Amino acid sequence: MTDTKFSKDHEWVRLDGGAAIVGITDHAQNALGDVVFVDLPEIGREVAVGEAIAVVESVKAASDVYAPLAGRVVEVNSALVDNPGLINSEPTAEGWFFKIEPNGPLPDDLMDEGEYAAFVETL
Amino acid sequence: MVPFAGYSMPVQYPAGIMAEHLHTRAAAGLFDVSHMGQAELVGEGAAAALERLTPADVQGLKPGRQRYGVLLNEQGGIIDDFMFANMGERLFLVVNASRKHVDLPLIESVLPRGVTLRPLADRALLALQGPGAVAALATILPDLAALKFMGVWEGQGMVISRSGYTGEDGVEISLPAEQAESFAKTLLGLPGVMPAGLGARDSLRLEAGLCLYGNDIDETTSPVEANLVWSIGKRRRMEWNFAGAETIRGQLDHGVSRLRVGIQPQGRQPARGHTPIQAGGLDIGEITSGGFGPSVNAPVAMGYVAREHAADGTPLELLVRGKGLAAHVAPLPFHPHRYAR
Repeated sequence: MTDTKFSKDHEWVRLDGGAAIVGITDHAQNALGDVVFVDLPEIGREVAVGEAIAVVESVKAASDVYAPLAGRVVEVNSALVDNPGLINSEPTAEGWFFKIEPNGPLPDDLMDEGEYAAFVETL
Repeated sequence: MVPFAGYSMPVQYPAGIMAEHLHTRAAAGLFDVSHMGQAELVGEGAAAALERLTPADVQGLKPGRQRYGVLLNEQGGIIDDFMFANMGERLFLVVNASRKHVDLPLIESVLPRGVTLRPLADRALLALQGPGAVAALATILPDLAALKFMGVWEGQGMVISRSGYTGEDGVEISLPAEQAESFAKTLLGLPGVMPAGLGARDSLRLEAGLCLYGNDIDETTSPVEANLVWSIGKRRRMEWNFAGAETIRGQLDHGVSRLRVGIQPQGRQPARGHTPIQAGGLDIGEITSGGFGPSVNAPVAMGYVAREHAADGTPLELLVRGKGLAAHVAPLPFHPHRYAR
């Protein structure tokens, strides 16, 4: 996962060809608990860094998911609609949320895996 | 762990809310609800004194029995909801943690000479809930097997009622705080018993259609609006001698403008507390409690709607994050009560 970057809002970003795949971290899914519903952004939507573009609902609460980079939403993980539990069971793989085609370089405050692990330790 | 009413409380144990909820409905969940306020009323006239504040029939409650009631202000608003039990020579009360600092001085203020309120701050409360709860407990306290729903047993320093806040059979156990930890460990060692936290307690009571004070009822809601008229004693509806009686009488005679109802959102998306409710584009109410019901396997909610929209099946629109979510009025409870009547 060396090519994966992490945001302070507990999203992960992985470049895959021309698009960045985005999901939430294992730490985030663990804090949320059992996910029962996810509200995904519309394909084609232009998003800014830090914009709330998806919502994840667990038994416990609703939480926003933010765009960790700017660009255009080009794909969403429709498997989550019928099986939102993928976010708990495979947060960094099959539980991805959406793909964004970046309109520039990735924000430079994204962390690498070691930095993110250290950040989580401080919480 | 989260702060709740001045206490540090577990939202969930490692199993998580979903597993704790489903296990409680299938076997037994153990909840530490020691934050709840406990008190005793002792002395001649204690029941009559309490009836000044509640429309429940306190004087008619038989020894060894427990009942649900609401404490009302002079406007008929709900100061708190509570449980009271006739222990023979005294009344045993359980009130909400967030309201005990209001309730106890209020009760104190209406007591005649010779009646004493004793707060029981040094007692813990454990709730063992679920279809396997009483069978498990009866392996160490055999007397409990014969106790009926809303019956109360006393012995070995404990007061045990066959009641709870989940819609399931089960008990609530009041005991000295210094014995609570070891007794909780004993209960957790019984077959089928799993610890459960505040999160599961909330989803269980919501599916059971039970009110949470501060969400579904407060000083601005009356028991008529809250659909708690069943907690008003028959005799009390002839005497009208409780706080707020005039307002309650008027509401029973002429109806209320809003009612608490069950609300079933369509699809999978939960609608949480404070979600606006619309019908035909007009605001007609607000959700007061909402979430995902693990046993119903669907979102569930309750809230207040204008009376003309309160019939079962009435279509509603919930405004979740600015988007309309289709829903309808649904009968409560969402999950059938399974009490040992």
